[in-house]
Parts: sequence; structure tokens; C-alpha cells
Amino acid sequence: MSNAPANAVPEGAGRGTRLLAWIDARFPLSKMMREHATEYYAGKNFNIWYVFGVLAMVVLIIQLITGIFLTMNYKPSAEDAFASVEYIMRDVEWGWLIRYLHSTGASAFFIVVYLHMFRAMLYGSYKKPRELLWLIGMVIYVALMAEAFMGYLLPWGQMSYWGAQVIISLFGALPVIGDPLVEWIRGDYNISDITLNRFFALHVIAVPLALVMLVVMHILALHETGSNNPDGIEIKENKGPDGIPVDGIAFHPFYTAKDLVAIIVFLILFLGVVFFAPEMGGYFLEHANFEPANSLKTPEHIAPVWYFTPFYAILRAVPDKLGGVILMGGAIIVLFLLPWLDRSPVKSIRYRGWGYKGALAVFAVSFVVLGYLGMQPPTDTYTLIARVCTILYFGFFIYLYIYTGSEQGKPVPDRLTYHG
Amino acid sequence: MIIRVKHIPAVLLSTVIGLSMPMVANAAGGGFALEAAGNDVADIASLQRGARNFVNYCMGCHSAKYIRFSKLQETLRLTDEQIQENLMFAASKVDETMRVAMPAADAARWFGQVPPDLTLVARSRGTAWVYTFLKSFYLDEKAATGTNNLVFPNASMPHVLWELQGLQSATFHTSTNEETGEITEHFGDPAYFESLEQVATGSLSPEEYDQFVRDIVNFLDWAGTPEQLERRTLGIWVLIFLLVFLIFAYLLKVEIWKDVK
Repeated sequence: MSNAPANAVPEGAGRGTRLLAWIDARFPLSKMMREHATEYYAGKNFNIWYVFGVLAMVVLIIQLITGIFLTMNYKPSAEDAFASVEYIMRDVEWGWLIRYLHSTGASAFFIVVYLHMFRAMLYGSYKKPRELLWLIGMVIYVALMAEAFMGYLLPWGQMSYWGAQVIISLFGALPVIGDPLVEWIRGDYNISDITLNRFFALHVIAVPLALVMLVVMHILALHETGSNNPDGIEIKENKGPDGIPVDGIAFHPFYTAKDLVAIIVFLILFLGVVFFAPEMGGYFLEHANFEPANSLKTPEHIAPVWYFTPFYAILRAVPDKLGGVILMGGAIIVLFLLPWLDRSPVKSIRYRGWGYKGALAVFAVSFVVLGYLGMQPPTDTYTLIARVCTILYFGFFIYLYIYTGSEQGKPVPDRLTYHG
Repeated sequence: MIIRVKHIPAVLLSTVIGLSMPMVANAAGGGFALEAAGNDVADIASLQRGARNFVNYCMGCHSAKYIRFSKLQETLRLTDEQIQENLMFAASKVDETMRVAMPAADAARWFGQVPPDLTLVARSRGTAWVYTFLKSFYLDEKAATGTNNLVFPNASMPHVLWELQGLQSATFHTSTNEETGEITEHFGDPAYFESLEQVATGSLSPEEYDQFVRDIVNFLDWAGTPEQLERRTLGIWVLIFLLVFLIFAYLLKVEIWKDVK
């Protein structure tokens, strides 16, 4: 059926069929459905790690829709911003729900994206032929950090203001261009109404537009190479007589049905936070941010939101400001290089040596510990732990390059392992 | 012993939940141990008393400018007459917000700074902080107001509730320098706090005063997040819906996947 030419309308066809034929003659609707859903084949052995891409898409949609409604009532001015958020929370119909969905969505976005990225590290999804897919994903991650950072200024609370102050001033550590660059970003000698206005513009149109286009590119690149799977085997190399990968199943209906279950489980957790703990104990909405921004009153303890804290801890671990900024930037840049640092031809952790399994575990733990330390006030012990974890973080990539030159793992099977 | 990859999400989730626990405990922080307020936002009578206490004792200086009287009326289940007579002294219309009559410039001159708006104080500081703050004023000759506070040392706010609570004096531990044997006083430093003692009784008993303060805290808890009761009630229905939906979505998945071998 689906293999029939798109423009062939059988005798006595119904209205729906004729309408579809009319559209298909002018726009590749059926063709796209086939290429990206009904005839897009993926390994049949996806596990729970494979849901986070779809969940990231769900969160993106939540953020875009709630963002539109917030924009209708939010006032991007230093004078009115804080009060307009309270107006949304109190006087706008369902305003509190829209705002909590958006604020919880920001944290949820990073949770699913971090897990999505970790999945790529578990199963070598960044390796040939998916290097560009990984790079596009990394650009999405950086754009997402910019989006979250600028969005956090908008409520114009104490943490919005001072968090932005700290992060923007980091650029000042760069030699020669530092100070003019900081001024250029702020558009003023201080964080002010002007900064708020431009961050609003970037947050509601520039970055989201870039994000949506990048996500489309990410999916197109994915569908070009085909999805990786927990065995790290290219299913396209083993096709049946019909040209369909023997170990592949169609994205629709198989993965749409499976992802629907994952989406509902995600929504239960996500809405559980929205309805019962929107502040998440001060992690998703920091307590100090319920005080309006005050440029004359520095809070006792300035901490960025949790998703930035691993990098913030690396920054603080270095005694020299410029050195800290370079290392913090380096912690993100090194992730871009992953496809070339990992020289092992084996993709999946299932068939890799203990040297990799152990190192990845150490890397993951040090990332989480750095995240925790970035939220705490620095003490001597904490700084020492942060330094150790920073060394482990970067050490992972150096070790990876050396170790994968001669990794001994288990033999990779020809077919997927699947236990229906 | 192999840690299966499929167990990692559970480990990560429990790590996240585990890490969030200490944050809850030390959210407000600051040397002196805070006492839980034990308030209940669903207790309308307590909210009514709290609103009355707030208007009579706090709103002379502190606004709650994001709260509309109409919203307050709806939540406290008051008639037009009740709210007009009992809670609205400066405002004339119920769609006005809870502002103060005192000009900000005068306030700044009298107290050293403008008394902050309190709509969100229970959110930014926590209910335990507000509750303990209102209970821990003590006599301090050096303070301009005659009293100091254990939770918020050198606060510019006087103990406005002293007639109700009475007056307390505080004692602090001293420290001895081990080498010189010199003894240092630490009066006013919450880190060296020893005990509080009632030196003058107020018009309320200690239990009545605790309840008086708890009602104010309850009102401020509601003021910070007036949607919280509606939010939780709605949340239960949303989760029930999703759980039912989950059953059918799971059955659909099983049905579609039954022939995948």
C-alpha cells in the first residue's frame, strides 16, 4: 500500500484519499511520513536510555507553548518585571500553572538532556558515522545553556540579578577584550534594564529559533545515519530481501507506542514536581529569587541553578580567575571532541573493556559531585574535592584517548541481542 | 558482579532525591536553630486570625502589595462587610492590594531602611524562619530599639509584639582563651546562644503567643503561594488521569509489540 506511487488515486477513492493525493502532488507529506516514521527503521532492542531524545522534544514543546503564554503577561523592564511575574502567579487565569510548567521545564530539559548525552557515551552514539549528529547535539546543548541563563534573569529576583552578574563578569577575565566584552554583553556599566531587555529578546526569539532549527538538523542527521542501539551494531549492514534491516522495526507504530508510555511516565514525574514541589526544595526555584533584584545588596551566597553547577565548581576549583574561566570553557569544548578522542571501533559499553566501564563511572560520579559542590559555599575540604573531581573530569578524556588506542573488549555480535 | 546499565536511572534518581534533602533543612540557614512553624494553610480560621493579626500589627509598616483584598476575601470566606470593617483600613475597594499608608521616605528615615514588603517572605526565608524570628526578640541595651533578635541579629525592626509576648532576656556562652586564660563575652552572637528567659509577662500566655505568631506565619505562607491548595487538589486529579492513561498506553504498547521477536 505505502509503496504505491503517491499520486495514483484508485477508482472510487474516498475524499480523504483524494485530498492526500492532492497534497502529495504539491507537498511531500506521505513521503515524509514514510521516511521519518512508518519506514524509518530502528533497532528493536532500545532500552530506557533511548527515551530521553523524545522526552527532550516533549519538554521543548512545553517550553515553547508555556513561553508564549508567559510573554503575553510578562513585562521586560527592571521596574515591572518582578511584579509582573507575581501578577502572572496571582491574577492571570492559570498563570501559576503556566509559570511552574515553564520553570520546572527548564530543569527537566537539563535532566533529560544530560541523560540523553550520557546515553551517547554508554553506547558510543557519537562514533562514526554519527560524529556530526553529536556535534549538532553539542551546539543544541550550548544554545540551551544560553537560553536557560538568559531566561533566569527575567524574573528579576536577587539570584537572577547576582547570578547574571557573576557569570557575565567571567568574560572580564579574558585579556584585552575582557572588559569591553562584558560591557557589550550587558549594554551598560551594570546589569540594568537594558540588559534585561536584550536578554528578553534573545530568550524569546533568537535562541528558541536557533534551537528549533538545530533540533530539525539533529533529527535529519539522525535519520540519515539511522539510530544507534544498545549493541552498537549498524542494523543497515544486515538487510533482508525486502531491503529492510532484519533487526529493525518501524519507528511508527512500534516506537511511537513505546515512547507514549515513556512520555506518560515522564509527565507523572514532571507534573508531580509542578503540582506538589515546584520549588523542588530550592533547586528549581531558588529561595533567594523571591526577593526583588537589589543592586546594592549582595546575597550571602550566590549559586547558579543546579544545571550549571558542575561547571561553576570547576571554575571555583582553579585559584586563578582566567585559568578557571579557561578550564570551565574547556570542560564543554572537550565534549565536542569526544568522537575523535574515543578511538575504539567498538561502540557499545556492552562489548568494551573494564578500563572504559570503570572510567565512565568515575567520570559520571565526578560530574555529579562537581554539581553538588557548585551549590555549596566553598570550604577548604570542598575545594580540595572539587579539584580532585576536576582532574578526574579532564583525566577521563586524556585517559580515553590513550586507552582506546589498544582497548581489549568482548567480541561484538553480528545481530542485535533481543529477548522479546 | 556487574552493575546492569538498566539500573543506572534508578541510582541517578535516588542520588538526585538524596541530594535535595539537606537543601530543605538548611534553606534559611543562619547560626540559630529554627523552630518549625507547624502551620496549616487549609485552616481557614487560622488564616482569618493571621490576616487580622497581620493587618493590626504588621501592616502599619509592612505592605503585602501583591495580595488583592478580593483574593483575601475569597480565600478567607468573608462577606463584603466583614472585610471592609476588619481588614481594610487604608484601602477602599476590594480590588486594591495590601499597601501601607506610611510614605517610603519617612519609613527609611525612621528605621534606617524601608520595611520590606512581606508578600513573599515565607517563600524567600521559609516559614520556620519567620516563626522563630517573631519569637526570638531579646532585650539588648545597645540596640536602638531596645531589643535584638537571635535569628536576624541587628534587625532594624523593633519588637512590636512585646505587649503580647512580654520581654525576654538572653544569655550567651563565654569563651576562654586557652593560652592567656582571657574570657571573652559573646553577647548577641547567635553562635554562642545559651538560653532565653522571660523577664516580663505579656498579655498572652506563651502558648497563646505561639499560636498568635503561627497564625501570622500561616497567613504569610498563604500570601507567598496563594495557589497552593488549589494546586495540590488539582495535582491529584491530574496524576490519577495520567496513571489511568498509563495503563491503556502500556496495553497498547504490548499489543503492538506482541509479534516482535
